Amino acid sequence: MTTKPAIRAEAERLYAAFLAAGAAPVEADILLPADTMLDLYGEDIRARAYVTHDPLRGEMMLRPDFTVPVVQAHMAHGADPARYAYMGEVFRKQDHLGPRASEYLQVGFEVFDRAAPEAADAEVFALFSQALQGLALRAVTGDIGILMAAVRGLDTTPRRKAALLRHIWRPKRFRALLDRFAGRAPMPPARAQLLERLAKGSPSELIAQAAPLIGLRGEAEIAARASALIEDAGAKPIAAPAAALLYDLLGLQAPAQSALEHLRGITPLLPAIAPAVARFATRLEALKARGVDTATLAFEASLGRTTMEYYDGFTFAFIGPADLPPVASGGRYDALTAVLGQGKSIPAVGGIIRPNLVAALKGAA
Amino acid sequence: MLKIGVPSKGRLMEKTFDWFGARGVTMQRTGNEREYSGAVDGIAGVELVLLSAGEIPRELAAGRIHLGVTGSDLVRDKLADWEVQVAELAPLGFGHADLIIAVPDAWIDVDTLDDLDAAAGAFRAAHGFRLRIATKYHRLVREFLTAQGVADYQLVDSQGATEGTVKNLTAEAVADITSTGETLRANHLKILSDGLVHQSQATLYAARAADWSEAGAVLRALAGRLGVKLPDGF
Repeated sequence: MTTKPAIRAEAERLYAAFLAAGAAPVEADILLPADTMLDLYGEDIRARAYVTHDPLRGEMMLRPDFTVPVVQAHMAHGADPARYAYMGEVFRKQDHLGPRASEYLQVGFEVFDRAAPEAADAEVFALFSQALQGLALRAVTGDIGILMAAVRGLDTTPRRKAALLRHIWRPKRFRALLDRFAGRAPMPPARAQLLERLAKGSPSELIAQAAPLIGLRGEAEIAARASALIEDAGAKPIAAPAAALLYDLLGLQAPAQSALEHLRGITPLLPAIAPAVARFATRLEALKARGVDTATLAFEASLGRTTMEYYDGFTFAFIGPADLPPVASGGRYDALTAVLGQGKSIPAVGGIIRPNLVAALKGAA
Repeated sequence: MLKIGVPSKGRLMEKTFDWFGARGVTMQRTGNEREYSGAVDGIAGVELVLLSAGEIPRELAAGRIHLGVTGSDLVRDKLADWEVQVAELAPLGFGHADLIIAVPDAWIDVDTLDDLDAAAGAFRAAHGFRLRIATKYHRLVREFLTAQGVADYQLVDSQGATEGTVKNLTAEAVADITSTGETLRANHLKILSDGLVHQSQATLYAARAADWSEAGAVLRALAGRLGVKLPDGF
């Protein structure tokens, strides 16, 4: 059993390393207003965070992670560019009995820098790699930006692209949509029936026939989606070769340098990914310059596709024992800063280390 | 002594008494009509505890009762990792009800979860908040929708008259228990074709956390009488 003092000592060591790398210390409240987080993460966060009620301030949440408060603090009064380090407890409900803690320390490092995103990606990865040196961990990297570029470049309707992009962080739904848009999955019978009925009458007639309209979702909204369904039924399926490339990309796992060669190979077939592949190449050069062996570094194109992070570019994880969460993880989240920045945004990359897992590995060694 | 928790009133209690009675174990309420006490005949060492069906999952989890009869929807919704906390001994074949997701009949564009998800995305963009689904079954509904990859919704709590929430503008859709669908139809709601979250029925459960040192022998005798196969660990 790793003791709390041992974990805290490990956290202090990591925090000191991040400060020594030029980060400014940043603090965040433990008790946070729940509304921003609920709006951002929805029911996913309600299932995982401790939500409580304050008689004056309404719904509050025990800090489930640092990303949101740190981004908010930076957007409100941060210097530009900026590097931050933090250390503190986070709280996550666990729905299954097991080794996962519901209260644990996180030590994090975040870079907000417009100048050279790929260099910042490499800086964060190399810093984490160095901080975790000597531990038996498997480092994996990914890049959701390539996947997003591939979707944006598909020869299909803007609505289908938007639907795929909306679900980029929900692999199962994304897959189901892609199967349907590529003509691999049959149209559900109910949809076919609806289209048949819509062909015979206008949406407003059908709505009026169906039942009294109740609720906040109005006739115009229902009619708009009905029209969208008719339009979508007329769209041609995503061509088989393009769909095949996307399926290939979803499952791509290779050493980073080989993955780059592979992606360069398919770029002529999917020209829209060219800028993202060029950024990937630049990042690998920056990693090499920091002493990372990109010929052996693992790359998985789908790493970090989870709704709790919203990564949209470079991702990484340092993975230890299989039944535990990654010892460290992080990535680029430019889009999130735009959501939280109310009009402003800034390229951002960072990650966290779980000192309890580091201390446990060191204790077991 | 083996304590068995049974719903304290109504059809669920009567049907439970019938089920046990048909297998030679007679249960009855004792004392006057308002008193919650009961007796068991036909087998030694079993004590009847009359409880609200909604409290039986919690009592099982705490190990304060050894066995309990309640709806499988309640066990799965109220207990995290329910299989770790209780063991299912036998479905009892009554108290059938489906936990379903329903939307207004007038939503001609919505028939599946796929439609609901797309409608939720558009609704959030138009109204500035997530599409609200009224329910009291938060865990079951959230796990179901997460597994199905539905986004841009939120659950709002409704402990009763859930079918009325859409008309009252406190929700856009509902997730509720139905057996005949009549209340849904009367409130102009329709069930999504793939919106079945859970098929519930009254079920006999055993508490893993209960003290079985003495009750174990009674359980084996009772299981023999009831014709119930005991799972591993009992």
